[in-house]
Amino acid sequence: MESQIAEIVQHTGGVIGNAWLMIAFPLVGAFILLVFNRFTDRWGHLLGVAMSLASFVVAVLAFFELLGFGEEERRRAVHLYEFIPGMVDMGLLIDPLSICFALLITGVGSLIHIYSIGYMAHDEHRRRFFSYLNLFVAAMLLLVLADNYVGLFIGWEGVGLASYLLIGFWQFKPSAATAAKKAFVVNRVGDFGLLVGMFIIWTTFGTLTFQGLGEQITPGQTNGTMLAIGLLLLLGACGKSAQLPLQSWLLDAMEGPTPVSALIHAATMVTAGVYLVVRSGAFFFPEGSGAALAVAIVGAATLLAGAIIGCAKDDIKKGLAGSTMSQIGYMMLGAGLGPAGYAFAIGHLITHGFFKADMFLGAGSVMHGMNDEVDMRKYGGLRKYMPITFATFFIGYLAIIGFPLLSGYFTKDGIIETAVHHQPVLGWLAVLGAGITGFYMSRMIFMTFFGEKRWADDAHPHESPAVMTVPLMILSLGSIVLGGYLILSNRLLLFLAPAVGRPEALPEFHFTSTPGLATLALVAVGAIIAWMKYGRVEVPSVQPRGSFLTTFARRDLYGDALNESLFMRPGQWLTRIAVFFDNRGIDGLVNGLAAGIGGSSGRLRRLQTGFARTYALSIFIGAALLTGALLLVGNI
Amino acid sequence: MSPWLPILMAVPVVGAIVVALLPKGSDKLAKQVALLFSLLTLVLTGVVAAGFKPGGERFQFKAEFDWIPSFGVKFGVGVDGVALVLIALSVVLVPIVVLASWHDADGVKTADGTLITPKRSVKTYFSLLLVLETMMIGVFAATDIFLFYVFFEAMLIPMYFMIGSYGGAQRSYAAVKFLLYSLFGGLLMLVAVIGLYYVAGKQTFMFPELVGAIQDPAMQKWLFGGFFIAFAIKAPLWPVHTWLPDAAAQAPAGAAVLLVGVLDKVGTFGMLRFCLELFPDAAKAFTMPIIVLAVISIVYGAIVAIGQTDMKRLIAYTSISHFGFIVMGVFAMSSVAQSGAALYMVNHGFATGALFLAAGFLIARRGSPFIGDYGGVQKVAPLLAGFFLVAGLAGLSLPGLSSFVSEFMVMIGTYSSQAHGSGALTVAAIVSAVAVILAAVYILWMVQRTMNGPTAEPVKAFKDLNAREVWVLAPLVALIIGFGFFPKPLLDVINPSVQQTLTNVQVPTSTIAEKGTGQ
Repeated sequence: MESQIAEIVQHTGGVIGNAWLMIAFPLVGAFILLVFNRFTDRWGHLLGVAMSLASFVVAVLAFFELLGFGEEERRRAVHLYEFIPGMVDMGLLIDPLSICFALLITGVGSLIHIYSIGYMAHDEHRRRFFSYLNLFVAAMLLLVLADNYVGLFIGWEGVGLASYLLIGFWQFKPSAATAAKKAFVVNRVGDFGLLVGMFIIWTTFGTLTFQGLGEQITPGQTNGTMLAIGLLLLLGACGKSAQLPLQSWLLDAMEGPTPVSALIHAATMVTAGVYLVVRSGAFFFPEGSGAALAVAIVGAATLLAGAIIGCAKDDIKKGLAGSTMSQIGYMMLGAGLGPAGYAFAIGHLITHGFFKADMFLGAGSVMHGMNDEVDMRKYGGLRKYMPITFATFFIGYLAIIGFPLLSGYFTKDGIIETAVHHQPVLGWLAVLGAGITGFYMSRMIFMTFFGEKRWADDAHPHESPAVMTVPLMILSLGSIVLGGYLILSNRLLLFLAPAVGRPEALPEFHFTSTPGLATLALVAVGAIIAWMKYGRVEVPSVQPRGSFLTTFARRDLYGDALNESLFMRPGQWLTRIAVFFDNRGIDGLVNGLAAGIGGSSGRLRRLQTGFARTYALSIFIGAALLTGALLLVGNI
Repeated sequence: MSPWLPILMAVPVVGAIVVALLPKGSDKLAKQVALLFSLLTLVLTGVVAAGFKPGGERFQFKAEFDWIPSFGVKFGVGVDGVALVLIALSVVLVPIVVLASWHDADGVKTADGTLITPKRSVKTYFSLLLVLETMMIGVFAATDIFLFYVFFEAMLIPMYFMIGSYGGAQRSYAAVKFLLYSLFGGLLMLVAVIGLYYVAGKQTFMFPELVGAIQDPAMQKWLFGGFFIAFAIKAPLWPVHTWLPDAAAQAPAGAAVLLVGVLDKVGTFGMLRFCLELFPDAAKAFTMPIIVLAVISIVYGAIVAIGQTDMKRLIAYTSISHFGFIVMGVFAMSSVAQSGAALYMVNHGFATGALFLAAGFLIARRGSPFIGDYGGVQKVAPLLAGFFLVAGLAGLSLPGLSSFVSEFMVMIGTYSSQAHGSGALTVAAIVSAVAVILAAVYILWMVQRTMNGPTAEPVKAFKDLNAREVWVLAPLVALIIGFGFFPKPLLDVINPSVQQTLTNVQVPTSTIAEKGTGQ
């Protein structure tokens, strides 16, 4: 069995002892911007950036302080205050897992804050935008830093709120408002699972803290109750991370401004489900358990579904959203493989955070220069007009398809190799998914940056200002080097081991393994097919009808249609019936009874119109008389 | 003998008299005086709360005067933790309601611009409000069951006039329906109160002396029934809930806040204190049917809320769902669930208060309570939209806001309750958690239809919240967020009193203590 994860030690003082500052900075930022409102319009965005950067600085300092401890002492708990007396205290857990997330959230988050200065420059509500971004960062940090499930859940729904506000940032568009609401409601279905999971955890173990569970659960232990908890937590993870069957909200979420798609719906929030599974891994998803297998199956199914959806989208952001679903599917698959997969899942989560944010922001840069056009059929040949955007996007592209030596190559390949080893069927599906990724991402590149121009005459594509391109460059740098740095010589795995456990045998990275070579071959095939269909020949500027399969993918595999016929329409009928029953059934019965008691329905009608008050008064007097009479009788 | 509670009850009623005696035409002065007295009451309550010792004697600030000596009826008051927080809720809400109702008594404007004139004067409205405040304090403070009954019934009168004289187009119907339902329940309770007096044979109505006085199981059941039906109507619980949407929709927004925020809590408060402690065996015997009714309320209220077209009715139905949670928590017989239920009573008052008031401000601008008459408010009145959203989020129990803590405690306490062989309660908790999803639908759909989308034509002329309106909503939002992250001050007061209740019901109270060691 895998080696046990390290004990948690209480910690006071130092940067870690004050880690709550990480959450406090952006929270204060959001508060100031919301409360002082218009007065902060002129400098609000700068405050937002400053608060996010301050949080990043604290995270970096805490990271180095953590490195100063011996490996087995790198789990530091910080007690904050008594939250629900007798049930749970609010506290933070600074350990290798949470600090990885904190660095990603504040680092990539700060870059996206900076980028948004330029992207949102012409929006009259830019200040409000930054307040929501700050709120998001604070909530996301609480989610990953909390040392218990309740704190995690507060952050969990906090990021859901920020996501709701930001998807609906342009709420005057009905489509944006609908998408925001849908995202929240679908997430709540997942939250139901998380909630009930917490009920069972508390009832079974009498604690909701990670430390408390660690003390009670021996690694590898499974039974029916723990399987149930695992599946319920997985339901929560599916909602937040847009995994099947709760995936439908993510594509609609692209209604939000593009930096939001980059930060929340690609780099950080949607990966919270992976965090939840890995954080609970030692308790409820031990290697080889049913719950872990369910996680891996959900991941494999979603990585294929997302990739297929990505193939059919002409909207550049929706194409990227399908890809996000798919990539998180890879992470989930990795997270369902026990400690052997965790490091790769988290590694892929980090590199994906970079290259996907890079591409989303690149897409934003394209839209910025193209009058907010998102239809790739109306792009074409843009590499000449936006060289920096093109270069950075291209690096992100190479990273995601797993081009050798770039970030995605190492992390995705790690997941695939481990999966092939542990769950061969799922592993080979992941190989197939990589091939499809090669196709749809190449398609995107060809449609956007190559070929002839297809845009309308009033579009004047131009490169974006430095405030937007510099974050792109930094993100693409991460897309190049991070993967190799984290995976080679097992740096990330060894760093994470005290928090998530260490596999029996350390994996070695082979550049010429069978699954690895098969992946590369399939990716190449996918890219070539894309070139034949979208590079060699001119892309029609109107969407062709397409086969049954294309329609299937365009309609998001009929996910919405399914939800509509299974839940929405029956729900509407149920609501109508209930309202009718309430008005006619119960109320009618009561009115009828009252009329019956009163002698005739005529009296009731009078009650409702003219003599109501007299009638009521008479009852009241009657009651008073009765009271007096009863008292008198008692006295005799 | 402490003078504090009688003083607390006297201040508003003195204010009411002063307001009533003001000369005609001094409407503005009447409002100011009412505000002043309600604020004074708030400050005095703060003094009382500061002197309350959690974990000390159960009833503190006790005072007793003989009232009807031949029956042993006393004017007996005293507060335990639950009563204290509910009094605090009441006295916080009253000044807010006074400020919010500044123009409510001037008449209700309808969508087509006609004015429904009130039947009574402006100063009468504020005088009634203060009278109601005294009664609200009294009903929670009463330790004499007869006194409790008197306040329980008398509270109907000011509320009846506030709905019937100052409400919307259907006000008479709504007011009478409210009164009839309540009186019916009240009569049953009266019979039970008198029955309790004779069966116990202790020549007293004092609650502490009557605890454990009824031993006969059959008698317990009958008396329990009388109390419970009265409280279930008050709360209200499905299927005796239909008076609430009418009353809340027709009442002026401020009155609706007090009706749903405080008056209805008397029902759940009564269940917790009287039904459980006086008739523990009956309470245990009836637990399962009551839990079933509570779960039906939770889910049914939420589903019917989704289908409402009238904002105030929608909020009323969400409250029916929330009262279901409170009742479930009370009868789950675990300390976590009961503390959660008591906390829920307070939090629901703030959350629903904020939502009713924000909706009231919205309705005052357009004259229509119908959701379909709005759209795109956020563009023209972002502050109003913002407060409306926060209040709504409190209504859907967003974690980080106060209502989450109590809902979570109720559900997890019910789930983990060992009181009845856990199976059925486990199912109840899981089914009730479905309301978490439904709540998102009813709140966010209402927000979307009123606040988002293109701005509707009549909405374009809306002005954003003025300073008075901001001052009404800001304190509530501050409380909602504050207690969302720091519920401890309330729970520290509530917990010992809930422990006492459970001890009297003879349910092992070790749940929270044992489980607490795990962390």
